[in-house]
Amino acid sequence: MIEVENLSVVFGHGAKTVHAVRGITFHVAAGEVFGLVGESGSGKSTVLRALCGLAPASAGRIAIAGEMQGKRRDRAFYKRVQMVFQDPYASLHPRHTVDRILSEPIAIHGLGDADARIDSALADVGLGPTFRFRYPHQLSGGQRQRVAIARALILEPKILLLDEPTSSLDVSVQAEILNLLTRLKREHGLTYVLVSHNLAVIAHMCARLVVMNAGRIVEEMTVDQLRAGAPREAYTRQLLRASIGYDRAAAAEMVTFD
Amino acid sequence: MNDVHPDTPTLRAWLLTEAPHSRTQARLGQAYVAALAFLRNPLALVGLVIVLALIAVAVVAPILAPYSPIAQDLGIRLQPPSIEHWFGTDELGRDIYARIVYGARITLVIVGMVVIMVAPIGLLVGTVAGFVGGWVDAVLMRITDVFLAFPRLILALALVSALGPSIENAVIAIALTAWPPYARIARAETLTIRNSDFIAAVRLQGAGTARIILGHVVPLCTASVIVRVTLDMAGIILTAAGLGFLGLGAQPPMPEWGAMISTGRKFLLDQWWVATIPGIAIFVVSLGFNLLGDGLRDVIDPKSQ
Repeated sequence: MIEVENLSVVFGHGAKTVHAVRGITFHVAAGEVFGLVGESGSGKSTVLRALCGLAPASAGRIAIAGEMQGKRRDRAFYKRVQMVFQDPYASLHPRHTVDRILSEPIAIHGLGDADARIDSALADVGLGPTFRFRYPHQLSGGQRQRVAIARALILEPKILLLDEPTSSLDVSVQAEILNLLTRLKREHGLTYVLVSHNLAVIAHMCARLVVMNAGRIVEEMTVDQLRAGAPREAYTRQLLRASIGYDRAAAAEMVTFD
Repeated sequence: MNDVHPDTPTLRAWLLTEAPHSRTQARLGQAYVAALAFLRNPLALVGLVIVLALIAVAVVAPILAPYSPIAQDLGIRLQPPSIEHWFGTDELGRDIYARIVYGARITLVIVGMVVIMVAPIGLLVGTVAGFVGGWVDAVLMRITDVFLAFPRLILALALVSALGPSIENAVIAIALTAWPPYARIARAETLTIRNSDFIAAVRLQGAGTARIILGHVVPLCTASVIVRVTLDMAGIILTAAGLGFLGLGAQPPMPEWGAMISTGRKFLLDQWWVATIPGIAIFVVSLGFNLLGDGLRDVIDPKSQ
């Protein structure tokens, strides 16, 4: 479904050049939940943004459903690939009602039958019709993220890119959103690429994952290997240890990998 | 029994509901919340009352004015304020009260025309420059800089002298000199929202640049531009009055306030009311717009919330 070969993303030029992603390669099969793990600044979110065309790929190739993707993406692409952003407080337009937010993609793609589509999309993410005419400031964080998921699903995409979809929500709401995503995947036959720094979330959702550091893939592994705590690379071991919780002895031993 | 209107509590609840049932209800509810916030600011209310009074006076000027604003009667020239002529008469025996009342129309027309021309131009230039960036931004902003580099009144003077003195040309001249600050504000606002996630999200839905600018960027810039426009109205009125004073705005016998001060200054020491009354009118209206602008900023400017 998704094939990424040797992808590099470079921002800026001259002395201010930042190599956010340095030649990474991975494949995602249809119907899979693929995890991208790494610390802040490891380039995992940039990979997602490059996949959907928000960040420019400076080298390498991206193929989605067998089609090569260039710098500019056409409308058909956006109907196939959608994204859910990390912060639901920033990803909804503050002056638009839920109705306006959800009717925008319908209008752009000229799908018609907006009322029925909006109602069913809201029902899909577990929000009743009473939420339709609210403004984002009248919603809680979890409700906002549900609206953002509804917005991504309203075009009936095949691939959903999830950029830390639960990291800005509190713990009880995180579980609800993850369960919602699992159900939607089953019902709509979706393929997920999930970015997270939370290994528990990755272990819960994914079958396969790659660990990223400093713009490179450190290790590709299955969730079973992750659960067994048997990573091959020293960086992954350190990441695993850090994810268990703060430990003074462990923190003292931390090394910077590059 | 009780004199509370039966609809009042339910209407309030309907407006303030957390779960509106239609687009209209959601919009009205937002407007109601903003209106409540505005009504809590007494100075803003004073401004609103002054501006509404100006509009009312302009609309019903023929009813309020006992005399024609241009009827001359040299027999009663330069009369002090009295029962017959509340604000006295000018050097041609015209009733100053009638001229002030009719002058409200001219002031309102100038302010209205300038705003209608200036706000959309400034918004469009600023949002396009900020959102598209690159050479478009560079070209649009250098043009803006050129206009900003001229002293406003001097540029307006030059334009009016070139186009010929009249109220329409004064409006055009003021509009041409007034838009650059709005473009700057709109561009600054656009730069802060162009990289936000909700813009990325609508881009990912396949929206074109025009749709993003008009539907998503402009609504967020409008608030600060409206506030700035209201605060600038005083300046616009003063520029118009200045042009009138210099004889380049409204032409005689139009009862334009600035032109009235200009003719009245010859008699300022002996017949103070001829120049002072229109001066007070300009002062009150400018103050009203300033207070209204301050109040609006507190209510609609997202940065002050």
